[in-house]
Amino acid sequence: MDLATIWYFLIGVLLAGYAILDGFDLGVGTLHLLHKGDTARRISLNSIGPVWDGNEVWLVTGGGALFAAFPEVYATVFSGFYLALILLLFALIFRAVAIEMRSKQPMPWWRSFWDWSFSLASMVAPLLFGVALGNMVMGIPLDSSHNYAGTFFSLLNPYALLMGVTTVALFAMHGAIYLLMKTEGAVHDEVRRWVKPAMLAFIVCYVALTFASVLFVPHIGEALRERPWLWVLALLSILTMADIPREISKKRDRRAFLASMGTIALMMALFAGGMFPYLVLSNPDVAQSLTTANAASSEKTLFIMLVIALIGMPMVLAYTISIYWIFRGKVKLSSTSY
Amino acid sequence: MDAALLSRLQFALTAAFHYLYPPLSIGLGLCLVVMETMWLKTKNEHYRAMTRFWGKIFGLTFAIGVASGIVLEFEFGTNWERYSRYVGDVFGSALAAEGIFAFFLESGFLAIVLFGWRRVRPGTHWFATLMVCLGAHFSALWIIVANSWMQTPAGFHIVDGPNGPRAEITNFWAVVFNPSSLDRLSHTLVGAWSAGAFLLISVGAWYLLKKRDEAFAKSSIKVGLSVALAASLLSLYTGSRSAELVAEHQPTKLAAMEGHFDAHAPAAMYIFGWVDETAGKTHGLAIPGMLSWLVSGDTTTPIKGLDAFPKEDRPPANLTFQGYHLMISIGMALIAIAIVGMIGWSRGWLWNWRPFLWVLVVAVLLPQIANQIGWMTAEVGRQPWIVWGLMRTNEGLSTVVSAGSVLASLLLFTLVYLLLFFVFIYMLNHKIQHGPEDVHSEEYETFRKGFDAMMLNRKPQPKEGK
Ligand code: HDD
Ligand code: HEM
Ligand code: HEM
Repeated sequence: MDLATIWYFLIGVLLAGYAILDGFDLGVGTLHLLHKGDTARRISLNSIGPVWDGNEVWLVTGGGALFAAFPEVYATVFSGFYLALILLLFALIFRAVAIEMRSKQPMPWWRSFWDWSFSLASMVAPLLFGVALGNMVMGIPLDSSHNYAGTFFSLLNPYALLMGVTTVALFAMHGAIYLLMKTEGAVHDEVRRWVKPAMLAFIVCYVALTFASVLFVPHIGEALRERPWLWVLALLSILTMADIPREISKKRDRRAFLASMGTIALMMALFAGGMFPYLVLSNPDVAQSLTTANAASSEKTLFIMLVIALIGMPMVLAYTISIYWIFRGKVKLSSTSY
Repeated sequence: MDAALLSRLQFALTAAFHYLYPPLSIGLGLCLVVMETMWLKTKNEHYRAMTRFWGKIFGLTFAIGVASGIVLEFEFGTNWERYSRYVGDVFGSALAAEGIFAFFLESGFLAIVLFGWRRVRPGTHWFATLMVCLGAHFSALWIIVANSWMQTPAGFHIVDGPNGPRAEITNFWAVVFNPSSLDRLSHTLVGAWSAGAFLLISVGAWYLLKKRDEAFAKSSIKVGLSVALAASLLSLYTGSRSAELVAEHQPTKLAAMEGHFDAHAPAAMYIFGWVDETAGKTHGLAIPGMLSWLVSGDTTTPIKGLDAFPKEDRPPANLTFQGYHLMISIGMALIAIAIVGMIGWSRGWLWNWRPFLWVLVVAVLLPQIANQIGWMTAEVGRQPWIVWGLMRTNEGLSTVVSAGSVLASLLLFTLVYLLLFFVFIYMLNHKIQHGPEDVHSEEYETFRKGFDAMMLNRKPQPKEGK
């Protein structure tokens, strides 16, 4: 395997790590306004309080790694999706600040302003991630200098929007299951009532998306024919997905959460495996696409980065795991809480 | 307005806004380590209350630092797409390293510092504080490496890549230790320590003026002054090292900083002045030959002035000049304040000489201003280059982003950042008014007992939620 291929999958790992971890933060945010009462909302915030920022770093690092390993992609995607990206940044800004500020003042207008900011931002972000992903799957028009040749509104096509809504539903389900693990009592019972609708919404979207992909995105079929092992991934992802309702109905919340994590990971793997070697597929002019061959940095840089990743990531994993361990168990509000 | 100007304004705005917070985090991070170490050593409850209070303020600055930092991370791609394609091979790795080595560290351990008081032992908590402080310093390290490479590029060559010419790494360590990175890093870090230390001093002085929380206030001022004295003296030293480097590597920037036009004459050093760029003259109070002496040790050595360079290679001179001179004046003022404060502390009059306490309250603004204009000097003085000698700023601009889009985003950033700034000030003020926990209060007592019981018996804490 050449270095560019390794980095293709490593960036996939970073972004999958982001989706799995910050996915539940965003899901908790999406559901936030459903909580009635101040205490319930504080519990919701504090369930992600100690971890959300570390989770977001997966995105920041993914962005940095993309810049270093595939500068062409970093440049094309972020300048091409300019307005969408700025919108995403505002969503992430408001989410961060809302978590920090919400419970620091008692005034009702203050709290409800930040509650709304937190929740809307947590919905807009996955919607935009999904729309971006949808466009990547379909392919976007690129010109000969690899610049995006479409407009902001051509990004908002039905297929991409469907992918956006699916992502929101997926994260909402993921977040609800996370909340099940982190809450008890009345809040827990309330969340349990939301899990089923969230699962249902996700599954309906997912089925619709699968049909749309088969019908409208011909190269997905091709990829499946060329790489039969993708069928194995697809099958596995359906099995893990089907496991979620089973675990939920048996009230095994932790296993349900593992299954939900697995679902996201497998979906990302399916996406990466299906798209390879394309990083940005150009549609209609496939010749202009960005691939691992023409978008990567030099071998030397990719190697240096690999060394950095091999030194850094084990440390990151070690303390990420210890921090989740230290903050395990149900949320209890105290003087240091949000 | 064209997209180039708007993008430059946007980068300046977003970077400057971001840079209100990291210096506080870096400086407070250091002070937190000092306080918590004092607590572990002396077991004096005031130090624990201090660590908790300043830890919360750290949490606040950190939150806005994170929110504004994420914008910058993507802004190279959004607004400077051609720059990103051209230098990504070299420049990108520093940003990725920052994520892996700094941001994970800081955000992870901050959770323990803020929320972990009753979940880990004191030693572990201290360790977490140390890691947060290290993480903040590492962020500075990697981003300064990236920025210094733009100022004094090294360790690369230009290659015809798959999509035209681009810079590629030849020597990673030469990139990391490019000629200016260590000096600029040390200067930036001590500037950040100043920012944190003067916040401690300012709040402490204000409590003394209001005659409240006096024990807490004095300890904060003591920790603050010690750090501030070291930092402000080091600012002068590291700053003059930076100036020497600028003289060596960026002659146009140096000439602009000093308002020196003459192509082949010895250069004076201005105490203050005004640069008339059209007439090519600087008016003001100057020490003749002083700059030549600083650069070469001889007052008669000629220094290349701006006239030696074609107009299109010169940075905006007056802005650079004013920024530089204000920074130095503030640097001198900070040294003076720190020295007077130390004398007052040792003689004992510091705690009740009200006029000076007021000076200390206001002094918190000085390092912030110096940090902002220091960057302005460095970045405006780098113009017209985005990467010194290699790529001009307008060649780095995105091709597909219209001026209208940038105008829209710039307006939105301005609005949202104004909002965030007011929220920040409001919350900071609120926390300061509320003050530290009273170590004799019942609430603090409960906290302390629970905490101490947990570590004295070395029993694992009661599992929550069972
Ligand atoms: C509290 C903050 C602070 C203080 C008191 C000073 N500086 Fe500074 N200075 C900075 C904060 C700063 C900075 C914000 O950290 C900069 C911006 C870019 C950089 O590398 O550091 C900077 C840049 C900077 C540069 C430009 C470096 C470059 O372009 O690469 C020079 C020459 C100096 N400084 C020199 C000084 C001198 C002679 C000072 C006299 C006391 C001084 N600074 C005080
Ligand atoms: C956080 C402190 C910083 C401040 C306050 C700051 C300030 C500025 C200002 C005022 C400009 C506009 C200059 C002009 O166009 O006339 C600018 C431009 C720029 N800076 Fe910085 N800067 C900071 C840090 C950095 C760092 C760390 C990097 C790189 C890693 C960087 C990269 C750039 C780039 C790419 C531009 C746009 C191109 C240009 O105008 O040259 N800046 N910055
Ligand atoms: C212009 C280039 C810059 C970029 C791209 C950038 C990027 C970022 C990002 C993405 C974050 C959020 C990390 C997280 O989620 O935890 C952040 C935070 C931070 N940055 Fe920057 N940054 C820049 C300039 C600087 C400079 C010049 C310094 C210091 C000298 C600095 C120091 C920090 C610190 C200490 C934090 C942690 C948050 C805080 O303490 O406020 N950054 N930065």
